[in-house]
Amino acid sequence: MSDKLLFKDIDEPGLNTLAVYERRGGYESLRRTLQMTPEEVLNELEASNLRGRGGAGFQMGKKVSFLPHGSIEKYLVCNADESEPGTFKDRELMQKTPHMLIEGIVIASYAAGASRSFIYIRGEYAQQADILDAALAEARAAGYIGERILGSGHSLSLLVHRGAGAYICGEETGLLDSLEGKRGNPRLKPPFPANQGLYQGPTLINNVETLSTVPTIVRMGGAEYARLGTEQSTGTKLVSVSGHVRRPGNYEIELGIPSREIIYGLAGGPPAGREVKCWFPGGSSAPVLTAEDLDVPYDFESLAKAGSMLGSGAIIVVDDSTPILDVALKTAKFYRHESCGKCTPCREGTNWTVHMLERIDRGEATPMDLEIMASVQDHIIGHCLCVLGDAMAMPIGSMIAKFRPELEAHIEARRLSPPEPAGAIA
Amino acid sequence: MSATTGSRGWDMPADLDKDPAPIPDPATTPVPEALRREIEAHMALYPDTRSAALPALQAAQRLHGWCSPEAIEQVACVMGVTPASLDAVVTFYDMLETEPVGEHSVYVCTNISCSLRGADELYATLRAAADGDETFNVRAFECLGACDIAPMASVDGVYVGPLTVADVPMLLDDVRAGRDVLPDKQLVKRRCADAEANG
Repeated sequence: MSDKLLFKDIDEPGLNTLAVYERRGGYESLRRTLQMTPEEVLNELEASNLRGRGGAGFQMGKKVSFLPHGSIEKYLVCNADESEPGTFKDRELMQKTPHMLIEGIVIASYAAGASRSFIYIRGEYAQQADILDAALAEARAAGYIGERILGSGHSLSLLVHRGAGAYICGEETGLLDSLEGKRGNPRLKPPFPANQGLYQGPTLINNVETLSTVPTIVRMGGAEYARLGTEQSTGTKLVSVSGHVRRPGNYEIELGIPSREIIYGLAGGPPAGREVKCWFPGGSSAPVLTAEDLDVPYDFESLAKAGSMLGSGAIIVVDDSTPILDVALKTAKFYRHESCGKCTPCREGTNWTVHMLERIDRGEATPMDLEIMASVQDHIIGHCLCVLGDAMAMPIGSMIAKFRPELEAHIEARRLSPPEPAGAIA
Repeated sequence: MSATTGSRGWDMPADLDKDPAPIPDPATTPVPEALRREIEAHMALYPDTRSAALPALQAAQRLHGWCSPEAIEQVACVMGVTPASLDAVVTFYDMLETEPVGEHSVYVCTNISCSLRGADELYATLRAAADGDETFNVRAFECLGACDIAPMASVDGVYVGPLTVADVPMLLDDVRAGRDVLPDKQLVKRRCADAEANG
C-alpha cells in the first residue's frame, strides 16, 4: 500500500504548526463534521469499524454509542500515557502532527456530546507535551477549541495533563484516578467509564492513534475506510518495531499483511547471521510468538488465533543471541515494578515470578520450579481488577510453554556451575 | 522527619497516639508567592481542584528539587488537602522524587527493547561516569517510549539515542556546560523510519 493515512505528510517541516497543517487540508474534516448531526458522525465511526489502537481493540464507534444521551456533562479523555514496553507510535504522532489529534478529539467530542476533554500524556513525554500545548494554543486562537466552535453550537475545552511516571496510568480507570489527583489505582469494573468515569461522569476514553484516525474517517467516509485492512481489522495501523531488527521504528501498514513483511521487509529483520527467536506482536504484555509464526497476518483476529494479541501494535524482536531467561526476567521485573499493589495475585505473583526466575540464574532452581511458576501465572490471570498481572502472566506463561527445553537446560547448566555469589572471595 | 529513604514510615513504627497531620494553616505555613500562584492557576483549570495534585507537586519539585516534607506541606496548604494525601501520590509516581537528588535527571531506559541493544552496559557506564557528581540524578527507568533509538536516555526531559558508551563523556559534559545535549542524537530531529511515509 502506498497511500499512508496517518504518515502521509509526517515529516513535512512545520506540520506541528496550524498553518502547515491547514495547508495540508487540516481541520477540513472538522468543518465537515459540524455540518453533520452527531448521529451522522457516529454512524461514520461505526461504519468504519475502527478498533481501538491502544491495546484492547474495542470498536470505537460502539464505545461512543455507550455514552448516555441528554444534556448531562460528558468527558472525553485521550489516553496518551503510551507506556506499554515497545510502543512509541503515539509519541511520533503527537510530536509531528499534534493538530491531527486535536482535530480528532473535537470531532469525537461532537459525536459523543462531550464538552470537556483532556489529553493525559505520560510525564516522560515532556517535549511532546510542550508541542501539544503550543498546538492547543493555536487551535484555541483559531476557534477550533473553546465556546461555539466555528460558530456551531458545539463547545469544548481541552487540557493537556502531564502524568508523572506510572505504567498503570495507561489502564483507563487508573488513568482516571490519576487525572483526579490520586494514586493511579485501577477501579472495579463495572461501572465502565462510559457510565461513570472521570468525576463520576460519563467518559469516553480513546488512544492517541485512534483519535488521530478520526479526521481521516470523516474525510474518506466510514464505509470507504472499512475497505482497507481485513473485515474484522479495518484500516491502517502504526506498528512500532524494536529490538533485534536493523531498522527499528514506526511503520504504517494496512492491517492483515504478513508479519514477516513487517519484521523482515520493513524493519530489515535481525542482524546478519542471526535468526528470530521470538517476538512480542503487541507490546511486552502479549504472549510471545516464534519464527514459526512469522507468516501470521498482522491483524487482531489472526494474532488472537495464533494465541497472542495485536495489543498496541508494538513488535519486539528477540534474536537467537539472547537467552529466553533474560527476556523473561526483564519482562517480569517491569510488571513487578509497575504493579500498583492493590490486588494480591498481581502484587505477589509478579514479585514471586521475579524471585523464581532469579533462582534459575543463581543455580538454585529445579525443573519443578517451571511447573510452579506456570501455575503462578494461571492464578494471576483473570483474578485482578485490571490486566496488569495478566500482562506479565501471559508472556511469561508463553515463554515457559514454548521454551521449556531451553529453560530446563539453563536450570541444569546453572545448577552444575552456579555463578559466584556477589562479594565472594576469589 | 529525616530526609532519607525510609522517611516515608514504612519501616518505622507508627505513633498511634499522635493525631494525623491536619490541612496546613495558611496563616502559619509560608508558601513562596510564585509557587502559590502556579498551583492556584492549575487548580482553576479543573472541575475538581484536587486534579491539580500532579502539576502542583511537579511545580513544587521544580522549586525544591524534590518532594520534601516542606514542599508537600506547601502544596497541601494551597490545595487545602492533608499532607498525607499528597504523600500517597508522591510515593506512587516514578518522576516525583522522595529524597534529595541531583538537579539534572538522566533516565536510562533499561526495558526489554533497550536492553537487547546494550542499555544495561550504557546505564552502568553512565552511573560510573557520573559517580561523585552530585548534580546528576542517573536512574534506570522503565520503557520511555523510544525503542526506535535504543539504547536511549532522557536527559532533563530531552530524548537522545541511539547511545553508545562512547557518548557518555560528551553527554555529561554537555549537561555540565549547559549546552544542548548531544544535538545530533536528539529524537525530535529524526525522520520517520517508514520509507514510504511522506508520499
